[in-house]
Amino acid sequence: MGGNNVLNFLRKYMMLIATVLVVIAFYVITNGKTLYPVNIDSLISQNAYVFILGTGMLLCILTGGNIDLSVGSVICLAGSIGAIIMDKRIPWPVAVAVMLFIGLVVGIWHGFWIAYVKVPPFIATLVGMLAFRGLANIILKGKDVPVENKAFMNLFGGSDSCYIPDFLEKVGGPIVIGDTTLNKTCMVFAILLAIGIVLFTFINRARLIRKGYKVDGIISVIVKTVIIAAVIVWFGYKLASYKGIPTAFVWIALVLGIFAYITTKTTLGRNLYAVGGNEKATRLSGIDTRKVMFSAYTLMGVLAGLAGILVIARGQKAGPTIGTGFEMDAIAACFIGGASAYGGTGSVGGVIIGAALMGIINQGMSIADTPVNYQKVVKGIVLIVAVLFDVIMQMRRKGAKKKASSVAASEKGGAKA
Amino acid sequence: MAKVLLEMNSITKTFPGVKALDNVNLKVEEGEIHALVGENGAGKSTLMNVLSGIYPYGSYTGDIIYDGEVCNFHNIKDSEKKGIVIIHQELALIPYMTIGENMFLGNEQGSKWCIDWNKTYAEADKYLEMVGLTDSSKTLIKDIGTGKQQLVEIAKALAKHAKLLILDEPTSSLNETDSRALLDLMKKLKGEGMTMIIISHKLNEVSYVADKITVVRDGSTIETLDAAIDDISETRIIKGMVGREITDRFPKRHGVEIGDVMMEVKDWTVYHPEFSERKVCDGVSIDVRAGEVVGIYGLMGAGRTELAMSIFGRSYGIGISGELWLRGNPVTLKSPKQAIEAGLAYVTEDRKGNGLVLSNSILRNTTLANLKGVSNGTFIDKDKEYEVAQEYVEKLRTKTPSVDQLVGNLSGGNQQKVLLAKWMFANPDVLILDEPTRGIDVGAKYEIYCIINDLAKAGKSVVMISSELPEVIGMSDRIYIMNQAKIVGEMKASEATQENIMACIVGVSGEKNYADGEGSEA
Repeated sequence: MGGNNVLNFLRKYMMLIATVLVVIAFYVITNGKTLYPVNIDSLISQNAYVFILGTGMLLCILTGGNIDLSVGSVICLAGSIGAIIMDKRIPWPVAVAVMLFIGLVVGIWHGFWIAYVKVPPFIATLVGMLAFRGLANIILKGKDVPVENKAFMNLFGGSDSCYIPDFLEKVGGPIVIGDTTLNKTCMVFAILLAIGIVLFTFINRARLIRKGYKVDGIISVIVKTVIIAAVIVWFGYKLASYKGIPTAFVWIALVLGIFAYITTKTTLGRNLYAVGGNEKATRLSGIDTRKVMFSAYTLMGVLAGLAGILVIARGQKAGPTIGTGFEMDAIAACFIGGASAYGGTGSVGGVIIGAALMGIINQGMSIADTPVNYQKVVKGIVLIVAVLFDVIMQMRRKGAKKKASSVAASEKGGAKA
Repeated sequence: MAKVLLEMNSITKTFPGVKALDNVNLKVEEGEIHALVGENGAGKSTLMNVLSGIYPYGSYTGDIIYDGEVCNFHNIKDSEKKGIVIIHQELALIPYMTIGENMFLGNEQGSKWCIDWNKTYAEADKYLEMVGLTDSSKTLIKDIGTGKQQLVEIAKALAKHAKLLILDEPTSSLNETDSRALLDLMKKLKGEGMTMIIISHKLNEVSYVADKITVVRDGSTIETLDAAIDDISETRIIKGMVGREITDRFPKRHGVEIGDVMMEVKDWTVYHPEFSERKVCDGVSIDVRAGEVVGIYGLMGAGRTELAMSIFGRSYGIGISGELWLRGNPVTLKSPKQAIEAGLAYVTEDRKGNGLVLSNSILRNTTLANLKGVSNGTFIDKDKEYEVAQEYVEKLRTKTPSVDQLVGNLSGGNQQKVLLAKWMFANPDVLILDEPTRGIDVGAKYEIYCIINDLAKAGKSVVMISSELPEVIGMSDRIYIMNQAKIVGEMKASEATQENIMACIVGVSGEKNYADGEGSEA
């Protein structure tokens, strides 16, 4: 079983290890430029949509490897309508509500066709991809619409000041390291978060022990927690050295948090995994599998609407081509993050790693002046390597299953005595 | 004496932990129809898989001597090259391709780079004529009935220049007329020199068509009957098939009070979802009381699973009619969800396909059918869930390092326990157990039997579907016998013997004994 343990460890942490290696590699190649505070900051802001869409895409993929091709077009449609509303001097909250509503309606539309009419997801969302892009262009009349509402942009990660204000600026003296002044709110928040995580981990562990549950060994827990805390503090320090916490980061954290909770701790989450793992068994367990599919696509729609908001804020405009190809980034993030292309396995944590790894590679190559077309080739290779690992694991499992089922067949014959 | 075409000598095939075939000998003469009979899983299919190279040379011991030479087949291509062609029970035809395309799939006519379609269809027509099929070879498979599809399979085998044809349950999905036509075709092919092995559960067909009959039981060949010399009546065949002692493999159930009627099914009729003219349950009426274990015995394809699943929220079949009563009230259950809420549980025979989510943990599988029991409807109480899963692992003695273990990694017996745990946690009043001990080892079987007894003691009603006679007799209070979609007998377990149960089945199939003449009622 020793070999199996190593394999399991690799399966669990391979992409994390790969991410660390990639970070180190780019750090060396670019003489440390990739880890400048400004670049860490833009890594988050530029890739916000990948995290959001990847989370939604994960839900769809969990239900059996189904994908949603339409999200790029939905971003364009929701974004265009939102931009036009704000352009007409209507208050921005209305625009935000409308954009989310459009996402919801689109999600319901897809969910209906896929879950209740049994249109294959690929086709239903391909229709969406074509139709919503077309609709958006009709509305835009083929032209860009600028987004100029400051409050909107600040809140959703657009302009220069889209950061959480430094409430603690006046408290105590300024902290200056080298020639940068730290954003104290950001730094304090990171430290508090790190302490909170450490406390939670150990209190929870104690509680589990008290209840007599099995827990991981104390050493591995300490190592894991220390690493996580250190990364948070380091990350907070980097952001504090620039302008603080970007508002886009808040949205990402909120969405990831909510959906991590949904996938692990709610009946809906449980049902998503079950449907992807064995749809028939799930139906025979009294679960309405149609409702589960419907929910996945509806939530995907809402998240696409939210991504649309972030994208027009960041780009400070809506245009006929925004969102093009975004669905592919989201799908790639899921698969790189270990979601199975056959459904039933995957996690929000995986999406974070997948999206981050893609973002890091993109940014690293840009800073290292790699031509854009080469960047695409590299991204493709990363995807195939990541998925290859999943496929190989599947084959191993199938091999084992074949063996097991032939055992079962033989037991039928042999073990009657 | 005719030339011996095939000889299989002391074939032994073991899978980890079990002997599927134990020293099996089989001798088939050229130009005969040789039938293999035996209960479900006696080892017939394993033997044929050894012969056709599906289990490659080296994975078994013993010799296969075919056409005078020792053969070591490594895969199915090897055996087909020699002219051994197996036709599996599930038809392997592609619906949206023509008959001709199907017949030459993997054996395309013409040159390597260009398929000669004229030749393909001309050849196909030639073989279709040989099997007496008048349809054009350009007809799509989906447009012809199953009877004709079976003939296409045979034509396909002929096109591979088969010398030894193995038919695994060829008539299992055919109606009377088509079955008759198929058997007559076999006789005609025999006249032209073809050698055939037929595996069948339908003993009347076997008596009709076979020259020799080999009985397989518990992985061994028991006897070979020769139609020319021996009595090959169905009763005689059955004697060979069962003839086994029932020992104390079954735990006793003491002091269980049998209560009122819990579930009653009246005049239940179900049609096949694809072949909508075929009845899979025909006017079935059964009942089960609280604290009672009712066995339903029948051979494969008798309609037992179809009955159970159609009761369980209409999860199988179309055109379902009849009444279902629970606790003295008529109910209509339209979905598994409603069935579960009404207190029914169906523990499937196909635990990997219909029962478990193999990629999920024991914990998640245990609570899947009753997430309400560990949540407020939306949010799951993880601690409670863990406790529940842990409780069932201990109660059913499931062997696993932890409840977080993926179910796909467990052995068959332990998977079955997880499946039982799932349905026990759903807290039903009536449990329908479909082949609850299929494919698990003897020790685990005993444990499953104890669980069944505990359920009965707790006042649950248990319906146990099984195709193992000793199990049905040893575990049930009362037994229904099902054959060809109908209940053909009911008896108390105390009165049941293997012989009189089998007699019920023969009684029905005897009505359409081909040897007697017509025998082609619907």
